[in-house]
Amino acid sequence: MIARRVRRRRSGPRDLTVPIQLFSYAVLLAGAVIMILPFLWMTSTACKPPVELNKIPVRFLPQNAVCRQNLDTLYDTSPHFNRYLLNSAIVTIGRTLGQLVTCSLAAYGFARFRFPGRNLIFALCLALLMVPFQAILIPEYMLIRKLGWLNSFKALIVPGTFSAFALFLLRQAFLQIPLEIEEAAIIDGANPLRVLWHVTLPLSVPALAAFAVITVQAAWNDFLYPLVVSSTPDTRVVTIGIALLQGERRTPYNLLMMGSFLATVPMLFLFLAMQRYFIAGIALGGVKR
Amino acid sequence: MSTIRLFPTHGRSWLTRPLNWLGPTPLSRRKALWGLALIAPNTLGLFFFFGIPVLMAFSTSLQEWNAIRPARFIGLDNFERLIQDDKFAQALTNTFKLIGLVVPLEVGLALGVAVLLNLPLRGRNLLRTAYFLPVVTSTVAASVVWTSIFQPRYGILSQVLKPLGLGDTNWLVDPGLVLIPVAVVAIWQRLGFDMVIFLAGLQAIPHELYEAARIDGAGRWGRFRHVTLPMLSPTTFLVVVLAIINGFQIFDQVYVMTLRTVPGGVSGSATTLAYYLYRRAFTHSEFGYASAIALVLFALILLVTVFQLAVQRYWVYYEAESEK
Repeated sequence: MIARRVRRRRSGPRDLTVPIQLFSYAVLLAGAVIMILPFLWMTSTACKPPVELNKIPVRFLPQNAVCRQNLDTLYDTSPHFNRYLLNSAIVTIGRTLGQLVTCSLAAYGFARFRFPGRNLIFALCLALLMVPFQAILIPEYMLIRKLGWLNSFKALIVPGTFSAFALFLLRQAFLQIPLEIEEAAIIDGANPLRVLWHVTLPLSVPALAAFAVITVQAAWNDFLYPLVVSSTPDTRVVTIGIALLQGERRTPYNLLMMGSFLATVPMLFLFLAMQRYFIAGIALGGVKR
Repeated sequence: MSTIRLFPTHGRSWLTRPLNWLGPTPLSRRKALWGLALIAPNTLGLFFFFGIPVLMAFSTSLQEWNAIRPARFIGLDNFERLIQDDKFAQALTNTFKLIGLVVPLEVGLALGVAVLLNLPLRGRNLLRTAYFLPVVTSTVAASVVWTSIFQPRYGILSQVLKPLGLGDTNWLVDPGLVLIPVAVVAIWQRLGFDMVIFLAGLQAIPHELYEAARIDGAGRWGRFRHVTLPMLSPTTFLVVVLAIINGFQIFDQVYVMTLRTVPGGVSGSATTLAYYLYRRAFTHSEFGYASAIALVLFALILLVTVFQLAVQRYWVYYEAESEK
């Protein structure tokens, strides 16, 4: 009886009058429709046959859905599109795993060890967060060109495996772990790498997940940097592939939407599966960008 | 029998005791070595791939650097050229216009949505998800979809605006309008991000303050006006600053949305600073001049960041004072 009352109090709209509830729902639903509409429009257009694209009045849903056929036409128009998706996946996984290694090592070093210049080095790393990428786009390109890395996965992955943001985020997480737990392992004779691997990392799973989803999302959606360092199909990522389709003025919108759909869906699934960590990552390091 | 000591242990020089600077005791030295080894990969990588480019950005901006001739030092000529370059002035103006359009709307809408979604409504988690979805999509794909929504005649928007006689509006071609679709995509994609930060800020407001205001006879609006808004002001400030910084970097939307018509907008009407520097560098191969533009962009963003850090310090102080 009491439990039920408590539960109702918690989950139900407690002190909201009916007009306020109605107003809130009306505003929020209208907004939500605008937020979701582009996704629906994308999906429905991706399945429209060409004749239905330029119909007036505009048809929201396709009369004859031809999803499969449009998919095939997309691959005819852009034969390497699957390759682009694969490349995006390779770059995303490469960068995320790379950051996971370099940044968790560094974060552990900064969080748990004393050495001369520690604060200065850390401050310099953080200062890099203030530099917008566009400001160093040109020297970055010249550096990659000098290394002979243009049009290679090295260019797309290696610089992306270092991150001041992830360093900051993971260091914060490691500092939350009570020292005593790690000390127990140290007394048992474990070296720092073993402590990191067997104690610190397992205790930081939520932070690692938050960092990973944000890194994956940023890498998958990256556009300007790949635009500059890669120009051949074998290293082209999917965002560039879509932009190329868009640049081809003949490309009909159904194919463009099919391409966008294929590039968007993986991130939507990732988000829906790991929503909690996305939100935590943003709240934690909302300072990024 | 005497042993010859190559490195006498009583020496004080760093040569004879190469690791002394690391710490006073052998244990502390060993720990320091571990620390340095752990931070080395990321720190060296950051230095090489981001630190060096930062330094290079300054030197490149003082050079004439194009595809034809070898680089040569020309002092501040690139910056002098900036002052006289109408296209640069236009890009600067467009960037500020865009920020003026995006930031107030983005922050205002996000605040409104966050406040409503902080109410104990049924299904609010689902609604939050809806508002956050655009954040995780790629700006390129989003811009493509919105290009189609904004296309004249056959887009949904034209359909909606047809009764108003705006059905044939060519949003992406009209120089007076082209910044609007660009802004819409930017707002659409950032709203959820700001909302999350606002929600975190709202949830951090102590409940007692609302109770106290209620006892003082404050109504719903009064509580919002005199408790929520003031308590949320540090969050709002942070969100505004982040939105401005983000606004300065708008590139993908302009690149993608004007690609089908005139890249950069008809007579440069959609060209932002970031887009202009990209075009200067990678279409015209003027790396030196483009670096000067990049430095201006950097300086503007740095100005906002420094302002934020200065004001934030004041805020922390203010909170500590009021707790006494």
